[in-house]
Amino acid sequence: MTIDDAIGAADLSPGSTGEIRQETMVINMGPQHPSTHGVLRLLLELDGETVLACEPIVGYLHTGIEKNTEYRTWQQGVTFVTRADYLSPFFNEVGYCLAVEKLLGIEAPPRAQVLRVLFCEMNRIASHLVWLATSGLELGAVSVMLYGFREREQILDIFEAATGLRMNHAYVRIGGVVMDLPEGSTDRIGDFLDVMPGRIDEYERLLTNNPIWIQRNAGVGPLSAADARALGVTGPTLRAAGVAADIRRDEPYSGYETYEFDVVTRDGADCYARYQVRMEEMRQSLRIVEQCLGRLREPGPVMVEDPKVRWPAQLEVGPDGIGNSPRYIEHIMEESMEALIHHFKMVTEGVSVPPGEVYVPVESPRGELGFYVVSDGGNRPYRVKMRDPSFANLQAVSQMVVGSLVADVIAVIASVDPVLGGVDR
Amino acid sequence: MPVERLEGFQTGKTGEESREEFERGLLMTTLDKAVSWARKQSMWPVTFGLACCAIEMMATGAGDYDLSRWGMELFRASPRQADLMIVAGRVSQKMAPVLRTIYDQMPEPKWVISMGVCASAGGMFTNYAVVQGVDTIVPVDIYVPGCPPKPEMLMYGILRLHEKVRTEGRFK
Amino acid sequence: MNVAELAERVRRTHPDVVVARDEATVLVDRDGLLEALRTFRDDEELRLDFLSSVTATDWPGRDPRFRLVYELSSSRDHHRLRVKVGLPEDDVRVPSVTGLFPTANWHERETYDFYGVVFEGHPNLRRILLPEGWEGWPLRKTEELGGVDTRYHGAFVPPVDRRTT
Repeated sequence: MTIDDAIGAADLSPGSTGEIRQETMVINMGPQHPSTHGVLRLLLELDGETVLACEPIVGYLHTGIEKNTEYRTWQQGVTFVTRADYLSPFFNEVGYCLAVEKLLGIEAPPRAQVLRVLFCEMNRIASHLVWLATSGLELGAVSVMLYGFREREQILDIFEAATGLRMNHAYVRIGGVVMDLPEGSTDRIGDFLDVMPGRIDEYERLLTNNPIWIQRNAGVGPLSAADARALGVTGPTLRAAGVAADIRRDEPYSGYETYEFDVVTRDGADCYARYQVRMEEMRQSLRIVEQCLGRLREPGPVMVEDPKVRWPAQLEVGPDGIGNSPRYIEHIMEESMEALIHHFKMVTEGVSVPPGEVYVPVESPRGELGFYVVSDGGNRPYRVKMRDPSFANLQAVSQMVVGSLVADVIAVIASVDPVLGGVDR
Repeated sequence: MPVERLEGFQTGKTGEESREEFERGLLMTTLDKAVSWARKQSMWPVTFGLACCAIEMMATGAGDYDLSRWGMELFRASPRQADLMIVAGRVSQKMAPVLRTIYDQMPEPKWVISMGVCASAGGMFTNYAVVQGVDTIVPVDIYVPGCPPKPEMLMYGILRLHEKVRTEGRFK
Repeated sequence: MNVAELAERVRRTHPDVVVARDEATVLVDRDGLLEALRTFRDDEELRLDFLSSVTATDWPGRDPRFRLVYELSSSRDHHRLRVKVGLPEDDVRVPSVTGLFPTANWHERETYDFYGVVFEGHPNLRRILLPEGWEGWPLRKTEELGGVDTRYHGAFVPPVDRRTT
């Protein structure tokens, strides 16, 4: 029969089931999507606009980083590992180097540790700015995207001056950092510290009491503390549920026990609370950066002295960028054959790490980033496993979106802040 | 930023072929020129940011390095409304069919910029998981090397593409 | 509690504890794995209630060939314990711990994806990072790195794992 006949024959009075069937829809929020924070695929089962079930499907950015590190020397591992969670490259590097240093039984010199903390905290601010920019864009506050990236450019300028690259720096090496800060960096960081608190106030003026922002975020994506713990969630998502868990405070590394900062928690356990936690974390990171600047006044070595571990090259800023300093090249090419041989061996063969296994966690902007590193005594890693926080946090998304609308799925994913490079490695 | 018109360097052709092309170009109708000019003036990219290069692409579109100067700040989410695909980041084996599908869904004329060494040639990841160069899947017009390329490098690549489109001179 | 006390406490029920580099590792049998994890989680002093990661390492030529590694931590006291299980080459199965730690869901899928370890009782044991239908377990030491044979200006560059430099 025709459609009109079918509708005429159906019993549409209230309370009857009629001839019309109801089915749930399974919709794909595909890997190419403007709002899924990367190549994440979500299978949503919908009843109208309400989400009944959600399954994240990952793996669209799998790069084989862990297998690749087994075929390179220990120092080359830094360049691989830094590209996993690409929004927080310093944390990847610091975690890996701390793990290898633990295997070697050495510690980086104090100035190197201060530099590591300085760059990590600035990276935390940069990562939270990208979160703010993309979350705002996805939820409709398009101007926040431009503001977030504007501040980030200032931070990236500082990174570029010190390490040579805006992202994926390979600056933190086994035994310390590869180069000291160039001239004028502390002034630039000081200028940044003067400007940034006002900018964070600007973002808060724009968003915090904005009724649209509150309606899109408050009460959306609830995740209680017990559920979060069971699902392996760490980082701002866990702290927004009231749990004061922060690796920098609980298992300090690289001198964090000597800095004054607060572990930021909120009780809302929804997207709005996570937003508040991250905004406040940016302010706490500024506090730590200021303390780091104070400690950088005394000069000191930035790499261990042990010749079997230290990276042999002396880098400096030249006319075309950062490269080996001419003085060092003169030394190895003209003055000392042993230095040349040593440089050659360290670069090609690399460090020999005693056998063993370690697990080192660091607090990345997304949570607990852990490195499980196994050595069999050679000059190549035997196994490098990265426990990425976004990998565990994404599991919780299925629970957070059940019963909410499709638009809330986007708000939830934005508040969890996954970086698919880390999830897929 | 002026783009130099170096013979052969720009189009990859020798002096002889360039001159022939130039003479043929003189025969380009005004309509051809107008269409090519219009195509290059506001090319809309499709959002295909994958990894670290995607962040640099977003930074290129943001305030400091503004893609809006060339009418390109609007990244279309739907490939049906886009004419440029900037493959930004490493393409894994699982993502390759998705890449090809999105490319096929774009209407002609379309161009592809392969941004970064991972998209151009596999980058540092010469392993089982990464496609060793996206030109094994889609035809690429401009390769922008770098890991990741600075926004200025990407802008230069985009401007070279604009020149290429402007001098193409025929309806596709 | 510090590492030495933690090791002592664990030794009461599971004697195979190694302390190295300020970290404690306990070896358990495959059959006793669930019991051991439940004990560590519920014990009043240990309270190891957070599972950070599940992974494996491959030692071809040794018996047991695979060693599964569980990283546990305590949310109350912040100490850590590593639990290792040895799996022989011909019988790569182990009970799934998703009943005790729901977070193990994806971690076990990843270990299955990379090494082919079958987790019995897992609700959804499929590949997670590699495409469905991929053949082989890439992180095993017997698998190749892959890549491409590249030729450049007449020279031949072999894939990474066959280069001698």
